[in-house]
Amino acid sequence: MTKYAFYPGCSLETGGIEYGMSSHAVAKALGIELLEVPDWNCCGASSAHMTDHLLSLALPARILALAETLPVTEIVAPCAACHARFAAVEYELGRDEELKQKVNSLLERPYTGKVKLRYYLDIFSNPETLSEIEKKVKKSLKGLKVACYYGCLFVKPPKIVNFVDDPEDPQSMDNIIRALGAEPVQWPYKTECCGASLGVTLEDHCTKLCNDILGFARDSGADCIVAACPLCQANLDMRQVTVEKKYGVSYRMPIPFFTQLIGLALGLDPKTLGFPKLFVDPVGMLKKVGVA
Amino acid sequence: MGEVNLSQVMDRNRSFVDRVIEESGQDIRQCYQCAKCSGGCPGSSAMDYPPNQIIRMLMLGMKEEVLNSHTIWVCMGCNTCTTRCIRDIQVAAVMDTLRQEAVRAGYVDKAKLVLSFNDSFLWTVRTFGRLFEPGMAMINNMKTGNFMKDMQFGLPLMLKGKASMFPHRIKGRREMKKIFEKVQGGK
Repeated sequence: MTKYAFYPGCSLETGGIEYGMSSHAVAKALGIELLEVPDWNCCGASSAHMTDHLLSLALPARILALAETLPVTEIVAPCAACHARFAAVEYELGRDEELKQKVNSLLERPYTGKVKLRYYLDIFSNPETLSEIEKKVKKSLKGLKVACYYGCLFVKPPKIVNFVDDPEDPQSMDNIIRALGAEPVQWPYKTECCGASLGVTLEDHCTKLCNDILGFARDSGADCIVAACPLCQANLDMRQVTVEKKYGVSYRMPIPFFTQLIGLALGLDPKTLGFPKLFVDPVGMLKKVGVA
Repeated sequence: MGEVNLSQVMDRNRSFVDRVIEESGQDIRQCYQCAKCSGGCPGSSAMDYPPNQIIRMLMLGMKEEVLNSHTIWVCMGCNTCTTRCIRDIQVAAVMDTLRQEAVRAGYVDKAKLVLSFNDSFLWTVRTFGRLFEPGMAMINNMKTGNFMKDMQFGLPLMLKGKASMFPHRIKGRREMKKIFEKVQGGK
């Protein structure tokens, strides 16, 4: 059984709860063991790296150090912002012994770097697991057109966060979607920014960015935008009503997580996968693939 | 017309620019103004100076204008500029350093909303170990005086089981407190 340390991050138990539910359900069905990091803390996200460089490294380094107590060699973070913070620790502390000691002097348990960061999409899109998924598909998602939305921080900047996918035209999610029988559409906004926390600090601009993304997805013929990051998903799903009001459009575009679609194709119950948690009603999309 | 001592001003600002280069780890002198960073920047239409101009202004020693700009607070750190920079400059990392410099030097007029968000966010992390969104939103709204901001999402989030009334407290809270105290005092 493949084992990974699993860092849910604060979103997977709150705003992105369906991402957590579907991740666990799908992992179980595929024989992947996700071991939660004990007593994990928040990674600090962009608030920490805007505030203090050392803080922005110490918070994720504590998590990585705790992951070293688990019987694993790799850790995954389903949130792009958390992933990017872990990548920053590996990149910066891996190159600077003095900085590593400085960070470790703040921690009760030192970070050694023995548990490596793995790109979350890659634990499903690697060739072995992908063929496993193909074998286990019970309910093909044929006919469903999907805009794969990776967001920024899983793939940018490639030198630091990712060695698997292309930062401008990533393919791992597209390959997963194809394995499920659905069709990934060609569209130009795969890795454009959703505005992240500008939803709180400069809402108008966040609304504009989300409108651009939703508009391109619709114009590309997509039935839904599939997300891999809980913040992107929340902006596009929860704030879609704000976008529609401001721009006088009606998208009604469901924004499921990629793990929810894998689960559907594996024949799991939409409720177990957290579909009722989505703000934009996914029932039309579910009907199209014959599960509602 | 009186005498203008350009060299003195240049000297003072050169030390600022040198510090930005050192703290960010980015040699902005490599920039030759191709402006790819600005072309792809999702924030540029809301900025007063696009990112390539900020880099140029730094090289010209325009410290006040840079630290007083909207740009550094609009940047959301998506790293598109860093990804595309042909001269290998991590532009987003420079923005992080500029934000920290602006706070240190007291240029906070245009940063109120971002700073209040960051403070509210980090206060919950420091206190509980994890982000507690309802607490963060309440503190943030009190700080900004915008009491109803995003309150329309509160009830739907609760009804969908996506927000908890109470924070989860991790066991390592003392360690968290220590980390925060040391980094804030250690500068």
